[in-house]
Amino acid sequence: MTRYVLVRVVNGLFVLWAALTASFLVLHLVPGDPVAVMLRGAGGEGTAVDPAAADELRAELGLDQPVYRQYLEFVGDAARGEFGTSFRSGDEVTAVLGGALPATLELAGAALLLTLVVGVAAAVAASLLPTAPLRSAVLSSTVVGNALPSFWTGIILLQVFSFGLGWFPAFGAGDLSQLVLPAITLALPGIGLLTQVLGRGLRAALAEPYVRTARAKGASRARAVFVHALRNAAIPAMTLFGLMIGGIVAGAVVTETVFAREGVGRLTAEAIGTHDFPVIRALVFLAGALYVVVNLAVDLIYPRVDPRIVLRSA
Amino acid sequence: MTETDRGLPVPQTERGLPVPENDRRLPVPQTDRGRFTTGTGPGPGTGTGTGIEPERGTGPGQPLLAVDDLRVDYRTRRGTVAAVRGASLTVAAGETVALVGESGSGKSTVGLAVLGLLPEAAGPVTGSVRLEGRELLGAPDRRLARVRGREIGFVPQDPTASLNPVQRVGTQVAEALRVHGLVANRAEGRRRAEELLGEAGLPEPARTADRFPHELSGGMCQRVLIAVALAAGPRLLIADEPTSALDVTVQRRLLDHLGEVTRRTGTGLLLVTHDLALAAERAERVAVMSQGRVVESGPSERVIGEPRHAYTRELVAAAPSMTAPPAPPAAPDAAPLLVVEGLRRVFDVRTPAGARESVVAVDAVDFTVARGGSLGIVGESGSGKSTTAGLLLRLDRPDAGRIVLDGVDLATASRGELRRLRRHVQPVFQDSYGSLDPTFTVGRAIAEPLRAFGVRGRAARVAELLDLVRLPASVRHRRPAELSGGQRQRVCIARALALTPRLLVLDEPVSALDVSVQARVLDLLAELRRELGLSYVLISHDLAVVRQVCDQVLVMRGGRVLERGPVAEVFARPEHRYTRELLDAIPGAEGRRAEPVRPSP
Amino acid sequence: MTQESPLIALAKSPSPQSPSAQPPSAESPPDGPSSATGVPPREPTPGRRLGLGLRGLARRPLLLAAVLYLLLIAGWTLVPWLFTGQDPLATDASLSLTEPGGAHWFGTDNLGRDIYARVVHGTRVSIVAGLLAVGLSLAVGSALGLLAGYLGGWVDQVLMRVVEVLVVIPGLLLSLAVVSILGFGTTNVAIAVGVAGVPGFARVVRAEVLRIRTSTYVRAAVTSGHRTPAILVRHVLPNASPPVLVLAALDVGGAVLSVAALSFLGFGASPPAPELGAMVAQGRDYIGTAWWLTTFPGLAIALVVLSTSRVARALERSGVSS
Repeated sequence: MTRYVLVRVVNGLFVLWAALTASFLVLHLVPGDPVAVMLRGAGGEGTAVDPAAADELRAELGLDQPVYRQYLEFVGDAARGEFGTSFRSGDEVTAVLGGALPATLELAGAALLLTLVVGVAAAVAASLLPTAPLRSAVLSSTVVGNALPSFWTGIILLQVFSFGLGWFPAFGAGDLSQLVLPAITLALPGIGLLTQVLGRGLRAALAEPYVRTARAKGASRARAVFVHALRNAAIPAMTLFGLMIGGIVAGAVVTETVFAREGVGRLTAEAIGTHDFPVIRALVFLAGALYVVVNLAVDLIYPRVDPRIVLRSA
Repeated sequence: MTETDRGLPVPQTERGLPVPENDRRLPVPQTDRGRFTTGTGPGPGTGTGTGIEPERGTGPGQPLLAVDDLRVDYRTRRGTVAAVRGASLTVAAGETVALVGESGSGKSTVGLAVLGLLPEAAGPVTGSVRLEGRELLGAPDRRLARVRGREIGFVPQDPTASLNPVQRVGTQVAEALRVHGLVANRAEGRRRAEELLGEAGLPEPARTADRFPHELSGGMCQRVLIAVALAAGPRLLIADEPTSALDVTVQRRLLDHLGEVTRRTGTGLLLVTHDLALAAERAERVAVMSQGRVVESGPSERVIGEPRHAYTRELVAAAPSMTAPPAPPAAPDAAPLLVVEGLRRVFDVRTPAGARESVVAVDAVDFTVARGGSLGIVGESGSGKSTTAGLLLRLDRPDAGRIVLDGVDLATASRGELRRLRRHVQPVFQDSYGSLDPTFTVGRAIAEPLRAFGVRGRAARVAELLDLVRLPASVRHRRPAELSGGQRQRVCIARALALTPRLLVLDEPVSALDVSVQARVLDLLAELRRELGLSYVLISHDLAVVRQVCDQVLVMRGGRVLERGPVAEVFARPEHRYTRELLDAIPGAEGRRAEPVRPSP
Repeated sequence: MTQESPLIALAKSPSPQSPSAQPPSAESPPDGPSSATGVPPREPTPGRRLGLGLRGLARRPLLLAAVLYLLLIAGWTLVPWLFTGQDPLATDASLSLTEPGGAHWFGTDNLGRDIYARVVHGTRVSIVAGLLAVGLSLAVGSALGLLAGYLGGWVDQVLMRVVEVLVVIPGLLLSLAVVSILGFGTTNVAIAVGVAGVPGFARVVRAEVLRIRTSTYVRAAVTSGHRTPAILVRHVLPNASPPVLVLAALDVGGAVLSVAALSFLGFGASPPAPELGAMVAQGRDYIGTAWWLTTFPGLAIALVVLSTSRVARALERSGVSS
């Protein structure tokens, strides 16, 4: 077990290192002179660049150094949690990220909780319905959840509940009522997906011979669902939920933009728009780290759910 | 339903049923006489046409279970299909009745209909299923849930898949008591579960209760399931092919256990099986099902001894016989075709704990197959027989030893040599469905080896091969999924014969087939051997199959050869204790020695 | 999208060596009713399948609606001028923010442009970008998966490590990073979305190849004397493609969504050009006053996604992938 965790941590570090290297390359893959691109900002292809400012920025980013030195320095800094300064604001990237994080954590936490509760409840409720056509109708209706573009559902929710009914404030963050609509928007696609995956898992599990055994003992259908099928159907749903946690930052990009909330997502959109490469690098690394940690956590939980799963350090 | 079995009285043996010692809710009705039941209609004492009104009281002569004119349809995407079309049978208290039929006969559906556990695709079910006179058909699920487990126990077909993989087995046994409120609390459930596991013949019940199903063998899982089925003290047990997934020796021990337990507790047993010999050996009465109908029923000896319905006669005739003369040997002076020496194969596996471990799958195996000879390799699961087949086909490389064909060692042959030799050694696998590419037509599948070697005139050769395996020429345009299992296996044989090989490696070629189909495929193999002068290596767990096709036999266990020799000799005078055990375990082997089927105490 | 962790091994439960072993089918009743009548199960032939499909369609109104909508979209994409006479770019200040009505079915935007015309042309842009993205994922992902699965060994190790690094970064963020490298614009957005889809295809194709490679019919082909390339072409590709194509069909909706999201964020089509995501973004300033600016383009995206997934699922179930 310890050995397994160790191997997984080393493996995770390798993946992170690879992601880091990839994000280092981001800057060097930009066609043309990255400094010019950064100075001109988005959409300014034609404008002239002040050579002095370009040299200054180049020195600041260390781009006047040989590539291998830049790389080593970048990795070394990243290992210490430093990602340089944001080109746009001139602040430390770490500080910029740190400032944006709490609002996003709040939003992400609320959305994930909502996804889990509603998704599991819907899948279980669907599998308790009496007839097969009814069950599949309910399950397939949840496809709507992940078919709706979240930037659009956010706007529709605003239209209806803020401008129409006036139940919730339209924009801003801080107050709990301001969290409701963004959290729903961010959770909706996940709810659809989780319901389908868990619902299909439950359907498959309910068709297994061991469920028949349980029913032959005299167990009710509800007991078969809760005691026997649910745990057997949990693994794919857990995997999916882990991926959702890892991908929540990406989802926040759209939601925070729609609701004009401050946060990591908004920061990402702005960084991409202004070619703020130090921030982009840090964000890519952060997302990768989150994924690696969550994935490891999920893997460690698997054997507790299904005793047949053996953790092996291949 | 035929006239032959109508009104045939079934005299009960005069054995007195012992009073069950455990806490049974109702005493088992003990009747010596007067329980004359027929396979055709409701037993005397049961009125017909009372609908689903429960009819209380167990009059003398009333059967424990009476299934009358049961009809079950399945809704499929291609319309409605009748699975059971008017099946009737009865089981008296304490009696064992076998329901025999081939796949698709509807026998399992009858068992599930009694329990009210048909899959949802089942359409309206009509007829009558009465347990001690109470109609179960159409009863609400809530009411049936009280009957299931408490009054009717169920032993399923596939033991390893029938236990919840994520629950400890003790919990699963206790559940059978808990859902009926038969234990006060968790601790008592646990204690009772351990007792039941012990009674089911599992070693160290306290430790076993804490195990998960995947930590137990198939046979142990089936014992757990028997414990589950008997936990709440039902008066009727429905066992659906309880041992068909298990090795013969395990099968025998389990059926002995099941028989002993039902006899001791006076539980009625409906044994659903495809194996006529097994049915005859274990049951007092047999009902034979074909195409959704019970075509014949009566006392076991009578049904097997003098079958009246044509289908039953066919079944009896098809059952692989242990008394028929074995396959003819190769010419005494035939030169060896294949010489295997010191074959060894070791696999690296991981234990559940994650450690690496080496498992010797095949060790020091040597044998010779004469030109025109036929060697059977017999063993139970884990004996190394299938690994040996893979090595002979060079789908796998041996770690040591020689496989000499035509003077060339397959184990060390170069790529080119190996390809040349593949022409002479061709396989037929157990899973005919899996061994044909679903995207290929039959014709294309058979032509595949010809194409690989650039043989010309393939269409003509395919027609010839189809004729050789007795398939109509029209099947060449069909896809494997459109054929029956027997037809598919014929296609596989045709493909194996395409390159006119000298040796066929047959890996359990008929074990996935119904007995009647099995018999025809075995006949075909015997004929082909004669006509084409082929040599066979036949891998099988079934000694009767080996007897029919092979002249030499090799008994394997744990990767090693235990015994070898001419089939007639080894089967008549087995030297090794294990070989004897295998022979004894064949259903019917005991029945032939000890009549009547179930001696009265 | 679910993915297995490569380091987790489900301990193999012993497969029963049952004499009644049937080809696996989850929904067939215990005795296999089709064989109860003595008729072997028939797999629909392509012709019959189409016939069944048409008849089945009449019984499934949602699927029928999805197919019809996709046909409509195909029309919009191939011959948009047949569906709208209006120029999606023509402005008319006098018509600014007209409500939906007879002359302008979906109303007009703040510059007086016809929303319906813009939705028709915008759908075309989104569909083309989505197809481009999926095509890229499919081509690159399949190539990687095929190589990794068939060659195995170190090739597999290296390729799957690369894929793993791509998986680590959430799809949309990966697309955003790629866009920041390539620059903005619909084509670049499509490429970026395609790159994010590569790992999924690589994994599925690899898994399919591994499954087929160990199948009995490939073992039979080996003993038939076929060489590796022949087996790859004759058995592995034909059997691996149906499930992979179903995945591709399922992915089109997701790709359209991602492209629209990136456009919404302002990295796709530049302003005057109609694009559904960009239209929603433009209409955002008027959500309190003119609901039709955002509602119709958003609905168009949702319907594309819903109908592609509906049709893809139907394909999946009809046994195209078995």
